[in-house]
Amino acid sequence: MSEKVSSPATSADHGPNDDAALLRELVAHLRKNRSALREEWSRRITDAALLSVMTPDEIFSEVTAVYDNYVDALETGSVEALEAYAKNLSERIIPRGVETHEVLGVVLLLRDVLARSLFEKYQRDTELLNRILDAYEPAANRIAVTVGVSFVQERERVIRQQQLAIRELSTPVLKVRDQLLILPIIGALDTGRARQLTEQLLHGIRENRAKVVVIDITGVPSIDIAVANHLVQAVRASGLMGARVIITGLSAGIAQTLVNLGVDLSMMQSVGDLQGGIEEAERQLSYAVTRTPEAPRDREA
Amino acid sequence: MTVSILKQRDYLIASVQSDLTDTEVIELRDALLSEVAKHRARGVIVDVGALDVIDSFVSRSLSTVARTNQLRGAKTVVVGIQPDVAVAMSQFGLRLDAVETALDLEAGLQLLDG
Repeated sequence: MSEKVSSPATSADHGPNDDAALLRELVAHLRKNRSALREEWSRRITDAALLSVMTPDEIFSEVTAVYDNYVDALETGSVEALEAYAKNLSERIIPRGVETHEVLGVVLLLRDVLARSLFEKYQRDTELLNRILDAYEPAANRIAVTVGVSFVQERERVIRQQQLAIRELSTPVLKVRDQLLILPIIGALDTGRARQLTEQLLHGIRENRAKVVVIDITGVPSIDIAVANHLVQAVRASGLMGARVIITGLSAGIAQTLVNLGVDLSMMQSVGDLQGGIEEAERQLSYAVTRTPEAPRDREA
Repeated sequence: MTVSILKQRDYLIASVQSDLTDTEVIELRDALLSEVAKHRARGVIVDVGALDVIDSFVSRSLSTVARTNQLRGAKTVVVGIQPDVAVAMSQFGLRLDAVETALDLEAGLQLLDG
């Protein structure tokens, strides 16, 4: 964006050169009072208990960098350098638990501190003060928006990345015996995950030539109608590929939800816990698990 | 007729090689019904591994074959349904009534033997 830092309401009164001159004057003022304003800002951040996870020294060094970037952005009207810095800063502070309101609060505080210093300087000449503020406000607002948006974008990127990681880790299809798979599901199921789970289940059935699959949902806190239907579909699709599904670990709450929702569970076999499910699957596949007579003696020795 | 029906022991094996038109589906259905009678088969395996789509008409035709064969003492097994096809079928609520399903030809033969 190459938006000019001037207000349309006042541009009729004076030419763009005046605006540029005002902005230059403004920047010079901010440069001259750099240390005082910077300290004032960092003091107000501490007073407002923002960025509480950072030490005062850290705050001060970030404050310095942001202040300089801020004044540069005011001077050039280009927010790209500031944007890059804000992204980089977000990357560093998001893992430490800095919240969106803190970041926005900090940027708005700087805006307030600078505006106040302008009021102080130009209080005798209201007309000049107005024109200075006309030049300052749009630029300052744009900077605040840029920093806020960069922070939120970075945060969303982190969230997306984590979702992807969770998704990849969360639905293992494990072979426990020939023709027998187990699929432990941990964590909340949403529609996307349920769909992915179905896909992995069906490919697992084909790869392992499974006849019976035990789906354990002990680790699922709750289920809604969409997810329940997805599960039912997964079970039906498995049936079409020649594999029976046993569901285990239905909590009382989930069982009640399913009944209340009226989900058709006639094609689903369900067994109380994972152990029971595996035993039932072994029975269906004619496995007999027996303990060898030596085993108890081993344990005693 | 694009689907050949082979006899193997007491079983008939129909292997579908490409997507079928409705007319071909009807031909296959009628051929299966008459061949079962002719060979006094005890089981029929239909391999649909090559199909990218199984629609309601195909499902219904397979169910019809299965129900009719049941009356004559022959089991029908559909094998080789692809994962994506299985998901689509369950999403659209298509059912294969009276039909048994198995992963592939080998599993289908085992099912009939067992």
